[in-house]
Amino acid sequence: MLLLVLTIVLLALAAAVFRIGRGRALALAGGLPKNLSALPRYYGWYVVLWGFLPAVAVVALWLALQPTIIEALVIAGLPDELRSLSDAETGLIYNDIRNALAVGKLPDDARLADAAAHYVRLTGRAPLALSALSVALLLAGAGIGLRMVSPQLRARRMVEKIVRGLLLVSSTIAVFTTIGIVLSLLFEALRFFRLVPITEFLFGPEWSPQTAIRADQVGSSGAFGAAPVFAGTMLISFIAMAVAAPVGLLSAIYMSEYAAPKVRAVLKPLLEILAGIPTVVYGFFAALTVAPFVRETGGLLGLDVASESALAAGVVMGVMIIPFVSSLSDDAIAAVPNSLREGSYGLGATQSETIRSVILPAALPGIVGGLLLGVSRAIGETMIVVMAAGLAANLTANPFEAVTTVTVQIVTLLTGDQEFDSAKTLAAFALGLMLFLVTLVLNIIALYVVRRYREEYD
Amino acid sequence: MLQTQTSSLSYAHQTVEETPSKVSARGVNVFYGAKQALFDVDLDVPVNHVTALIGPSGCGKSTFLRCINRMNDVVEICRVEGDIRLDEGDIYDLDVVELRARVGMVFQKPNPFPKTIFDNVAYGPRIHGLASNRDEVEEIVFTSLEKAGLLKEVRDRLSEPGTSLSGGQQQRLCIARAIAVNPEVILMDEPCSALDPIATARIEELIDELRQIYTIVIVTHSMQQAARVSQRTAFLHLGELVEVGNTEDIFTNPRDERTQGYITGRFG
Repeated sequence: MLLLVLTIVLLALAAAVFRIGRGRALALAGGLPKNLSALPRYYGWYVVLWGFLPAVAVVALWLALQPTIIEALVIAGLPDELRSLSDAETGLIYNDIRNALAVGKLPDDARLADAAAHYVRLTGRAPLALSALSVALLLAGAGIGLRMVSPQLRARRMVEKIVRGLLLVSSTIAVFTTIGIVLSLLFEALRFFRLVPITEFLFGPEWSPQTAIRADQVGSSGAFGAAPVFAGTMLISFIAMAVAAPVGLLSAIYMSEYAAPKVRAVLKPLLEILAGIPTVVYGFFAALTVAPFVRETGGLLGLDVASESALAAGVVMGVMIIPFVSSLSDDAIAAVPNSLREGSYGLGATQSETIRSVILPAALPGIVGGLLLGVSRAIGETMIVVMAAGLAANLTANPFEAVTTVTVQIVTLLTGDQEFDSAKTLAAFALGLMLFLVTLVLNIIALYVVRRYREEYD
Repeated sequence: MLQTQTSSLSYAHQTVEETPSKVSARGVNVFYGAKQALFDVDLDVPVNHVTALIGPSGCGKSTFLRCINRMNDVVEICRVEGDIRLDEGDIYDLDVVELRARVGMVFQKPNPFPKTIFDNVAYGPRIHGLASNRDEVEEIVFTSLEKAGLLKEVRDRLSEPGTSLSGGQQQRLCIARAIAVNPEVILMDEPCSALDPIATARIEELIDELRQIYTIVIVTHSMQQAARVSQRTAFLHLGELVEVGNTEDIFTNPRDERTQGYITGRFG
């Protein structure tokens, strides 16, 4: 509530400051905009940025630091015998105070009464202090900005520089997040590789991550060969792409080359609905509908099909990927210049000859890019395989058996109560790192292929 | 076997008046949706001559050109009425594939396929089954490139993509590609508008050589080009065929004042 009011007040002030800044620039120029080095409104923006940016930065910093600072102040006000305790214990005391106040009482321990009162005072004053400080900062900043305004000031350049800086900051946030994720994966994976040799992890044929916590536990061999897990991922991705690639591509060809506009207007959104279904829904569709169907059909044919089969999970995942493949292929086909179609028709080629010999080769880079993006989705997909593919790490290429995938193993390794320094949990990071590398390489290839294609036709 | 046709009895050296028609159009009306683009056009295209279609933008000259090989069929809202004959045969009685094999087309912007130079030229012969083995394909590709005046420049780079050529070379590649199907008529839709003057001069020379064998209809914006390459010129204006006659007559002694206005640069 306070934040909302504060924001409104700051914005209103900023608007006022904008008018003042613009007015001052105009006044200095004798009311003639042509005497200024930039349009009057840039002087307004210039002054606003001077006031607004520091105020916003301080509010953000304050909100982030407030709990820590209040805690430090309250603890500093504790009686000496309590203050000299270890950090963990003072932290507990501080929590006691807050918990007691939260239910409207004073702490049981009388020695804490002063501290509690101190806490109440501090938290009561903080919002007011914050508001006063930010408004003061805004006005002070705007004041400085106003003094800088002169007809010679290149206000547009300054404003554009600041805006460019803001854009740069926004774009680097994503980059730094990625770097952070990679580093956290990397360090935890390195810890894992200290416990398990990397060669054993990459090539070991057995995956059984249950390590013994006590020496007398049985059945906990702790084998960390990831080969079966990666084999499972590859098998399921292969099945998924075997479904998604032909269906997606053929439907893209139909929709972009053959379908009447009316048919296309209905079919395309319908197909894209597939992309909007949550994967968890696909997951129970696979586990409850497709898997039993596959097992029973297999049974009729005399095949031994596990109740959680790679086939069921792979097929459903393939259906999920169809819209990605078809929509990207459709874009690629639509981007083929019409002059190529006409050139081919002009030589007496039929429509199917034109599609096969001219349009598909021209669209191939875009189609390949779409397929590779589909593959990286298949590899990274989690929910469907968690629900439908099972947990048994079989090193097999038989689609009727239960297999497990990298993503499933990461989920099972990290859910539940775990110590975060055992080989078992660290293995999840190693798997995650491998998965990340594989999808990264695929995405790079896909982007490269797609970019080459763009260069050729734009 | 198809390579020899017509060359033995070429009308190239006879006057336009003595030459029989290769294509004759009678009462051609074209509609794009509700809008009429061509009004009752009658035009004869003499064998082994170059017929130029001139006129201001939007006058329907490209539309008429595209009627001859039924390229307007692919445009959904387009409707063509009237009688167009190729060698006395109604073009709507022919299979469109056969018609387009007999009436080739070269477009405004060079549009080589994303294939090698060789495969670009071999594309037509392959889809029409004109060659039964690799040697015959090669034979056709080489003669077509030769006729298009491109062989010397690309002999050593036949496996490079067609798009790697310069604009003028690409356009000659497209001409070679059209020739490879061994058509009787070649339609050219402003073939030089995307080219520089040197490449344009080469194409114009080529057009003059090609008319020994083929019948050519060319749409052009440049009246100088029409005067240089064609023997017969048709002037279209607002969807109507205003005047048609020997190129010389049209440019020196136009009968219609609209033609005169256009060729002297008063409008268009």
